[in-house]
Amino acid sequence: MNATAAPIRRQIHPPPVPPSPFPYNPGSMLSVQDLNLEAVGYLLSRATELEGMDPLVRDRILLKRRIALLFYESSTRTRTSFELAAKALGADTTLVSSLSSSIEKGESLKDTGLTLRALGAEAIILRHNSSGAPWLLEQCTHLPVLNAGDGMHEHPTQALLDLRTILQRLRHGADQVDAGTLAGVTITIVGDILHSRVARSNMLLLPRLGAEVLVCGPTQLLPEVTATMGPGIRIERDFDAALRRSQVVMMLRIQAERLAGLQLDLEEYKADYQLTGQRLASLAPEAVVMHPGPIIRGLEVTAGVADGPQSAILDQVSNGVAIRMAVVERALLAQEGRV
Amino acid sequence: MSSLVIRGGHLIDPSAGVDAPKDILLKDGRVAEIASPGKLKSANGAEALDATGLTVAPGLIDIHVHLREPGQGYKETIASGTAAAAAGGFTSVAAMPNTTPVNDSPETTRWMLAPERNATVRVFPIAAATRGSKGEAVNDFAALKAAGAVAVTDDGHPILKDGIMRETLAAAARVGLSVIQHAEDTRMTKGASMNAGPTAFKLGLRGMPVEAESSLVERDIRLVTELRDARVHLHVAHTSTAAAVAAVRQARRNGLRVTCEVAPHHFLLTEEHVGLYSTNAKMNPPLRSAADRDAMIEAILDGVVDAIATDHAPHATHEKEVEFENAPNGITGLETALGLCLRWLHREWKVPLGRVLSLLSAQPAALLGLKGRGTLAVGSFADVVVFDPKAEWTYQAAQTRSKSRNTPFDGWSMQGKVRWTLSEGRIVYTGE
Repeated sequence: MNATAAPIRRQIHPPPVPPSPFPYNPGSMLSVQDLNLEAVGYLLSRATELEGMDPLVRDRILLKRRIALLFYESSTRTRTSFELAAKALGADTTLVSSLSSSIEKGESLKDTGLTLRALGAEAIILRHNSSGAPWLLEQCTHLPVLNAGDGMHEHPTQALLDLRTILQRLRHGADQVDAGTLAGVTITIVGDILHSRVARSNMLLLPRLGAEVLVCGPTQLLPEVTATMGPGIRIERDFDAALRRSQVVMMLRIQAERLAGLQLDLEEYKADYQLTGQRLASLAPEAVVMHPGPIIRGLEVTAGVADGPQSAILDQVSNGVAIRMAVVERALLAQEGRV
Repeated sequence: MSSLVIRGGHLIDPSAGVDAPKDILLKDGRVAEIASPGKLKSANGAEALDATGLTVAPGLIDIHVHLREPGQGYKETIASGTAAAAAGGFTSVAAMPNTTPVNDSPETTRWMLAPERNATVRVFPIAAATRGSKGEAVNDFAALKAAGAVAVTDDGHPILKDGIMRETLAAAARVGLSVIQHAEDTRMTKGASMNAGPTAFKLGLRGMPVEAESSLVERDIRLVTELRDARVHLHVAHTSTAAAVAAVRQARRNGLRVTCEVAPHHFLLTEEHVGLYSTNAKMNPPLRSAADRDAMIEAILDGVVDAIATDHAPHATHEKEVEFENAPNGITGLETALGLCLRWLHREWKVPLGRVLSLLSAQPAALLGLKGRGTLAVGSFADVVVFDPKAEWTYQAAQTRSKSRNTPFDGWSMQGKVRWTLSEGRIVYTGE
């Protein structure tokens, strides 16, 4: 052994991570990351076109085509707006929910998906309590799968309708977007970030248009690792400081069903993070107030704020139908090369 | 009287310090004679294998496999698991007790060893440390050892209570058995399905912190220290974190009998390989960060790691084709271990071939006290692997001899192709 040779930490060239095979179907929307800015702009402008179209013309677009809604979790807004969107394009829809179906008897997601395909479903809109379930469903069926919310992971159509709402309020409803569209805009997302798929999809979408995203909440609901989600995301634990800088504030519900034993003092939470009329008036009198719903009035927001003039909460709901028309149309027409 | 000659090969027997062209005569299940090429004295009339250009080494030993019998034969049987072992060059496998029922009795241990199981290679049962692996009542280790158990563990159900773990270590030491701990403080990993960190957050999955592993390793080492009994042997199964390896390294410096193993997936893959919810990248301990993966490689290079063990954990396809959070933990590993170790440890990271083979044979044999295994010294068991160290090939999970195909290494290129595997003198696998 050479006496001068020090132990050298070897150069490690590890095996590479294989590329992702997803999406299998060009019509699928599993994550907001599946969309480049051009595709985002297309969906925004198509939503506006479809919204303004004569209903009797519009309903020929997907006339009699079959779309299944597969819901493993309860939902009001997302389910209804997807259903209305599909029907507005003339499609037949069918709803399968985990209660009142063979899912209760133990049928797997794969078998449920294959069954729906055999029944003629040409696309499946999936809401599921497990993160990643839409990827499994797409891999098993190769159908266009629209992610209507998977566990704590993503809710891509929510991010698109939130974006449409923000553009209406701050950019006169512009529907062409680029990396500077939201430059100079600060958007604060407040509350249960850890368990929120809405927060994740928005954190992955809004900074790509130039927005600065502040995330705000206590450490149990907003771990430090959140800042690693992507560029343009910063943690600001002081709600008042965040509000002072914000043009948009998105309030989130505390997801009691996903807390998994986490103890939270709700009175303390309200004192620190509740959006009250007083807070809003003194710190962000111009800011747009958003909430993906369902709202727990008196917890994350007061009733006055939810119903107040700065609230865009019901605009978000209405925008859900327009955005989902564009997304459902793309689901079926993308594989035919028609969008 | 059956005899067999392996001629023309290059013998690597790390524990005997042999690394040279040798002919070997196997007789009645034992190594009878080793000589320079063409110089065997008593080989007349014996059947011969031509090993020209091939490496001849002690049969490989995997001290961490799940053969799933009794009770879970749809995942694997002792017959199918040992057939996969033979195809991978393994001649000895130590079988974990998380079967149905749990192997916590001499009867089950004997059942596993019965000839009716049709094992292709030698099986060494590892018995449960506590009744039903519930971590409450310590089993009768003397009776389990007499029935054939080579170690005790509650693998998958780590012993959390200090008192029970202390009693387990002391009782096992009295009868000369090792205690193997799957180090995971399960109070810190409830509902978690991958490594805690940025990737888990991004995927919306609950994470297992590295401290869940390292804190239990540290606790166990403290118990070994307190027992002050040189016979106590703690073996840490499938270490996956830098902190756990550091604790083992320090324990060894302090003169304690603490050993550890690393699985190929933990020195090759990271949490990034979970990709978009690939359940074939879900195991426990989970794939960790790149820094932890690099620490596993470093630990192999600097000698803290005593064995490479696969944690071969077959699951049926329908069990893995589910939501990531609902999928069972584990991947198969017996057929890919040698090919991966030679491709990466040896070729890429320049670990000498003899050291790689030692980690796969001589050292695990010593660790569990498997006499006459892991070496080809005259008189030892004729457990032999003959392989082409240069051959490159692609692993096809569809061709596996295991009943299950849950591997992240499907389609990976491997180095070193097994030509023959011999268990106690019998050819149990012949490759192309």
